[in-house]
Amino acid sequence: MNHSQGFLKDIQISCLVVGWLLSNTASIILSFRVWGGQSMTDSAPSWFFYSAEMIHSLFLINHLGDIFLEKHWKSVISRSVCDYFFEAREKAVDPENVPPVLQTPHHYLISIYRGKLFFLSVIQTEVPPLFVIEFLHRVADTFQDYFGECSESVISDNLVIVYELLEEMLDNGFPLATESNVLKEMIRPPNILRSVVNTLTGGSNVGETLPQGQLSNIPWRRAGVKYANNEAYFDVTEEIDAIVDKSGTTVSAEIQGVIEACVKLSGMPDLTMSFMNPRLLDDVSFHPCVRFRRWESERVLSFIPPDGNFTLMTYHISSQNLVAIPVYVKQSINFFEAGSCGRLDITIGPKQTMGKTVEDLKVTIHMPKAVLNANLTATQGNYTYDCTTKMLVWDIGKLNPQKLPNLRGSLSMQTGVPNPEENPSLNIDLKIQQLAISGLKVSRLDMYGEKYKPFKGVKYVTKAGKFQVRT
Amino acid sequence: MFSSHRHDDLKEMLDSNKDSLKLEAMKRIVAMIARGKNASDLFPAVVKNVACKNIEVKKLVYVYLVRYAEEQQDLALLSISTFQRGLKDPNQLIRASALRVLSSIRVTIIVPIMMLAIKEAASDMSPYVRKTAAHAIPKLYSLDPEQKDQLIEVIEKLLADKTTLVAGSVVMAFEEVCPERIDLIHKNYRKLCNLLIDVEEWGQVVIINMLTRYARTQFLNPNINESLLEEGGSGDKTFYGSDEDEDEDEEEKEKKAEVAAMAKRKPYVMDPDHRLLLRNTKPLLQSRNAAVVMAVAQLYFHLAPKAEVGVIAKALVRLLRSHSEVQYVVLQNVATMSIKRRGMFEPYLKSFYIRSTDPTQIKVLKLEVLTNLANETNISTILREFQTYIKSMDKDFVAATIQAIGRCATNISEVRDTCLNGLVQLLSNRDELVVAESVVVIKKLLQMQPEKHSDIIKHMAKLTDNIQVPMARASILWLIGEYCEHVPKIAPDVLRKMAKSFTNEEDIVKLQIINLAAKLYLTNSKQTKLLTQYVLNLAKYDQNYDIRDRARFIRQLIVPTEKSGALSKYAKKLFLALKPAPVLESPFKDRDHFQLGSLSHLLNAKAGGYQELPDWPEAAPDPSVRNVEVKESVPEWTKCSSREKRKEKKVEKPFYTDSEGESGPTESADSESDSATGSESSSGSEESGSGSESEESKEASESEEEEEEEEEEEKKKKKKDLKKPVQESESEQSSEEEERKHQRKSKPRKSESESESDEDEESESESSQSESEDSESEAEVKKKKKPAESKPPPKPVKKESKKEKKEMSLLDLDDFEPAPSPQVTPVNTFLSNSLVTDLEGLSLSDSVLSPATIAPSSTLKSYELLHRITGEGLSVEYCFSRQPFSPDANMVAVQMQFTNNASSDTKNLHIEDVKLQSGMRVKEFPEIELLPAGETATAVMGIDFCDSTQAANFQLCTHTRKFFVSIQPPVGELMRPVFLTENEFKKEQGQLMGMNEITEKLTLDVKCRNEHTIVQRVTTAANLSRVPCGSDKECRFAGRTVTSGSLVLVTVATKEEGAAQLTVNCEKMVIGTMLVKDILQALTQ
Repeated sequence: MNHSQGFLKDIQISCLVVGWLLSNTASIILSFRVWGGQSMTDSAPSWFFYSAEMIHSLFLINHLGDIFLEKHWKSVISRSVCDYFFEAREKAVDPENVPPVLQTPHHYLISIYRGKLFFLSVIQTEVPPLFVIEFLHRVADTFQDYFGECSESVISDNLVIVYELLEEMLDNGFPLATESNVLKEMIRPPNILRSVVNTLTGGSNVGETLPQGQLSNIPWRRAGVKYANNEAYFDVTEEIDAIVDKSGTTVSAEIQGVIEACVKLSGMPDLTMSFMNPRLLDDVSFHPCVRFRRWESERVLSFIPPDGNFTLMTYHISSQNLVAIPVYVKQSINFFEAGSCGRLDITIGPKQTMGKTVEDLKVTIHMPKAVLNANLTATQGNYTYDCTTKMLVWDIGKLNPQKLPNLRGSLSMQTGVPNPEENPSLNIDLKIQQLAISGLKVSRLDMYGEKYKPFKGVKYVTKAGKFQVRT
Repeated sequence: MFSSHRHDDLKEMLDSNKDSLKLEAMKRIVAMIARGKNASDLFPAVVKNVACKNIEVKKLVYVYLVRYAEEQQDLALLSISTFQRGLKDPNQLIRASALRVLSSIRVTIIVPIMMLAIKEAASDMSPYVRKTAAHAIPKLYSLDPEQKDQLIEVIEKLLADKTTLVAGSVVMAFEEVCPERIDLIHKNYRKLCNLLIDVEEWGQVVIINMLTRYARTQFLNPNINESLLEEGGSGDKTFYGSDEDEDEDEEEKEKKAEVAAMAKRKPYVMDPDHRLLLRNTKPLLQSRNAAVVMAVAQLYFHLAPKAEVGVIAKALVRLLRSHSEVQYVVLQNVATMSIKRRGMFEPYLKSFYIRSTDPTQIKVLKLEVLTNLANETNISTILREFQTYIKSMDKDFVAATIQAIGRCATNISEVRDTCLNGLVQLLSNRDELVVAESVVVIKKLLQMQPEKHSDIIKHMAKLTDNIQVPMARASILWLIGEYCEHVPKIAPDVLRKMAKSFTNEEDIVKLQIINLAAKLYLTNSKQTKLLTQYVLNLAKYDQNYDIRDRARFIRQLIVPTEKSGALSKYAKKLFLALKPAPVLESPFKDRDHFQLGSLSHLLNAKAGGYQELPDWPEAAPDPSVRNVEVKESVPEWTKCSSREKRKEKKVEKPFYTDSEGESGPTESADSESDSATGSESSSGSEESGSGSESEESKEASESEEEEEEEEEEEKKKKKKDLKKPVQESESEQSSEEEERKHQRKSKPRKSESESESDEDEESESESSQSESEDSESEAEVKKKKKPAESKPPPKPVKKESKKEKKEMSLLDLDDFEPAPSPQVTPVNTFLSNSLVTDLEGLSLSDSVLSPATIAPSSTLKSYELLHRITGEGLSVEYCFSRQPFSPDANMVAVQMQFTNNASSDTKNLHIEDVKLQSGMRVKEFPEIELLPAGETATAVMGIDFCDSTQAANFQLCTHTRKFFVSIQPPVGELMRPVFLTENEFKKEQGQLMGMNEITEKLTLDVKCRNEHTIVQRVTTAANLSRVPCGSDKECRFAGRTVTSGSLVLVTVATKEEGAAQLTVNCEKMVIGTMLVKDILQALTQ
């Protein structure tokens, strides 16, 4: 941009000068590089200047830009360091456009955006950025796990527990205990009953006995688990990420699958899960409890589960494979120059649903700025149009193959403003129960190591992930 | 007033007997801390509760303590005993937690306690406590870097730990304390590889990153053959760290060619250890932790044979489904990888397609990847995608897309025209940004292919009728002007139209019209003369002064008049110069010289503490260093199959097995043979060798040295690292002992090492190599024995000083300086430091001062403390012995020589009434009870001058008299030498620029024009050690001030005719200034 303006202002003389300068800058750049190269080796070795740690401090910042929690694992860093972040935050307009890694004169700031909160960590030395990002998300996950949600109000209400958690999760800036099972042994999650009891008795949230998990060979499971009802449930959830173009052809489609487990089994159960069609799974990632070699050789999941809820595995079926698209969309959105209005007509029908019903169908459209209002009729479900966010949401519900849902009508446009060039794309949400769209099926689940008979259950569900129809 | 009382309620609660009240108070206090409010005034009230029985109260007190201990050190000390008690608790968790908190309290006074606690915990039964010990190491290190050596010992010990719990934490400590000590890894390498999969996730990341660096120093480039091919073919840089100077680059290329040629002869076989690493990390691509996946991905990218790198693509693409921050980092790395290894990601092209819901920064990165992946076969699909993107509402993204189209067009000639046409259409876009971006790109594309201009320019000329966006009009005019010779018919017509509409145009368009007119006037004045003048006249009366100015200026330049100056002759050259075509390059090009996945890579700038990824070695270091011996009882040197192994042992053994210098004999035998085997061990010989011996062996091996020079540089580095421990053990040996042993040992070694190499399970070539080496060393050892045997005990010092000169010249050849280590046990001789190391083995005694060893020296200056006359017969001289003062390392050793010239005995010589500047300290010499008449006695005292040249005043007392005396140190004596490598020196110097650097020009004294004299004079003036240096024009010296340990770096750069430049870099500016003066004087007198 600057460049183009620059050259347009130039006349030829300055072009020439620029040309000369260019050749000069080339050498300047070159020498700079040489210098830069040297400076790399010239700078102080890490053990000389930099204090050693991975994560130095953490600030939690709400969407208004207030710092409502700070934790330092080493010496205190003034919160004014966050000003650099606020500057970037302002520049980015959208919170999700804030660069996750920022460089300031003395520190590096690595941040994540979760649940309208920024988790901002201060780093002083080289550290893999993903290491920090992954850790911060793990912190957010832990809060979620403990308090049911990860929001400012919940964190402020449980400030002390949060602080204790942070203290346990990081030692001198290096992750120490990040397994929820271990943490829960040391710091009990709050619940209403206990907090009542605690206030009466002066009891605490800290575990009375010290944790054993860190000391066993299976750090994710605590010892001495006991349940009256032993049960193990697995949810296989698949999300379809797809881009469908105007004409209805699939540009790209992938499946993101995840198996969530809720295992409440006494003792030290050793589980084995096998699939009808394990070949589908060529790109997987596992919870650390899964024995990878067993998977490599036999394609079965063999593991001693953590206690409670956890993600057993995630898998990815890439766009190289054929992915079934459950619905099709017929749409036409037009804007007319003359009447400063537009027409919209959308119909949705089932495509490859494997005989199941499509539920919770919803279409979201982010309209161009010029669209002032929508005057539509839906044959099924309700629609809303938010004039400020320009979001048109059509909530359809169950898809009836006999009577296809349709939304049509006119859009009123701002006058005197040129027509939007781009038609907005449609984002589709849907859900299909009892179906993994990839065809994945669990064939059996066996338990070894314990004598009792557990209840077992597997549930399948398919959802739309980032399902987008271009118009 | 208010503030001091505001927490009274809390204090009260803390003082109460009820745990519930205490807990409530602590919770409120911790909440204050969490909100960033100051709670420091509660410290005394809180610290009392450190021993509270309630676990939660205790925990919160710990939280508080760690936060405020630094600010309230005195009070914090009160709590220490609680933790010390905790360290001895039978419960491992209490021990661990005590250590954790203790090590988190950043109070310098407790450093020794922490050190002790860490050492103890490192050998704790419980792996959990050992893990905590590993965590505590970097904490202590950042509190007091002086503890480094001791901490390295602990790290070494913990590295040998076999539990997964400890592995990650200790490698983290290793990376933060001593990442340069790669030699510590050898023995643990295989174990780490095998444990890796069971280590917790965070530890995996750290270990993988460290092993990547390790592998780069120990294995050969698996792509060596391919990289040669590529280099010949496309001239692509295939080596990662290729940002050296250009001439160096060429040299390197030659080298590479040689190596590659060698590789051709010998087909590349991957080291099994290299394979082990690749095999054991691969499963971790399945980790749920993005950081682990990334770590493995970068390991494969940097270490795997090309054919195998592909496996990481799938895992990386999977990460793209993760949180947007993860996507951001992964995409950055994919962008870099996709430049070098496009094929790897091509199958996943569609995974990089952009959704309208992606954040802009993700969109732009995906675009980058798509552009990198574009080739002849997929370009049509990609362009179709791009077409959708151009319509996006996100204008920054559209601009980026246009740039991307431009890059595709430059890279793939087949689609250049399509792209151009597409872009030309975009010129009619309503959005200025789109237009401007398109124009920039079109302009770039046109400049690339001048011969095809005319069509498009014609087309664009037509567009002037329709396009109203001023920016676009202006750009088109610029293009027509620039290439008016390609469209000779159209250009004047366009000018005609423009002249007509001139008054209605926007300013930027007007400027370009003038521009076009001027260019046409110069090329086609016949047709356009009048038009141009018309335009210039219009412009002359324009409202905008820029335009008026421009018009006036151009008229002067192009229209020849009598007054027009010399410039008008060159008008054509000025206006129609050939402008270079801009290069459209990916911003991610060449970023892979940073280790992927690192912060530095992401920022494309070196972050603090970044460990450079080393280049592949050209010849693989001995792989047997990683062999782990089972039978530890066998004397290690008999098992050695090669020198590498022996060398390795030297480091490992002293720490592990011998406690009281027990392994001394084997040590010396080892290093002897080292020095014999050849050049690479020259450093080893230096430390161990007794003076002349090492000289001889070096001379003998010089020819070898030259051949092996390349290999050596690496090894030398390692060697240097190894030195300290060796020295420590060796310095304890007296020379006689050593000689004897060396005679004894050299014989059996011959036979045994030979037979050993047969036994060894190494590949044939290896063992034969080591055999030949051994036989070589045999000969050498024989040669060496003679001088060693015939060598007289300590030579008179005069000769020695001569030897020093010789020594120096040898050093120059070898680019090496003996390490004057501060740990050398005091040898109380008047020898300059470099000699000390040589003579270490020779001195007869190392503890008690014996007058016999003290002889007046020419190298050390003596100063008079007390004159014979004022002292009534007692005269005292002193000199700075330059020996570390053993009772206190921060003191300067001052050696005093008392001579009793009187006829009666002097008794009870001692010091009294010391008067010092604040901060200075004196360690008096032990009282000399009797000094008979005519006798001489010597004593050493230590003075901590606090890095200043202030005098230390005191009274020297005899049994009868007191004399007021003072000792004032020359600035050069306030430092002790440190050993630095050339690189370290440069690094340190880079940190001490600006105010900390003093430079003086000087003319060298006539007698002082050669290097040796310079070295001698500088080292005489200041207690510094020489830093090896590649150039013979520069002499470098390094030292640290005795008290504060600030670095002192001295460079003397000589030029022709005795001109020279002296540079002193020192944090302490006063010291620097004074030192400059002193050295100047020494060099010019």
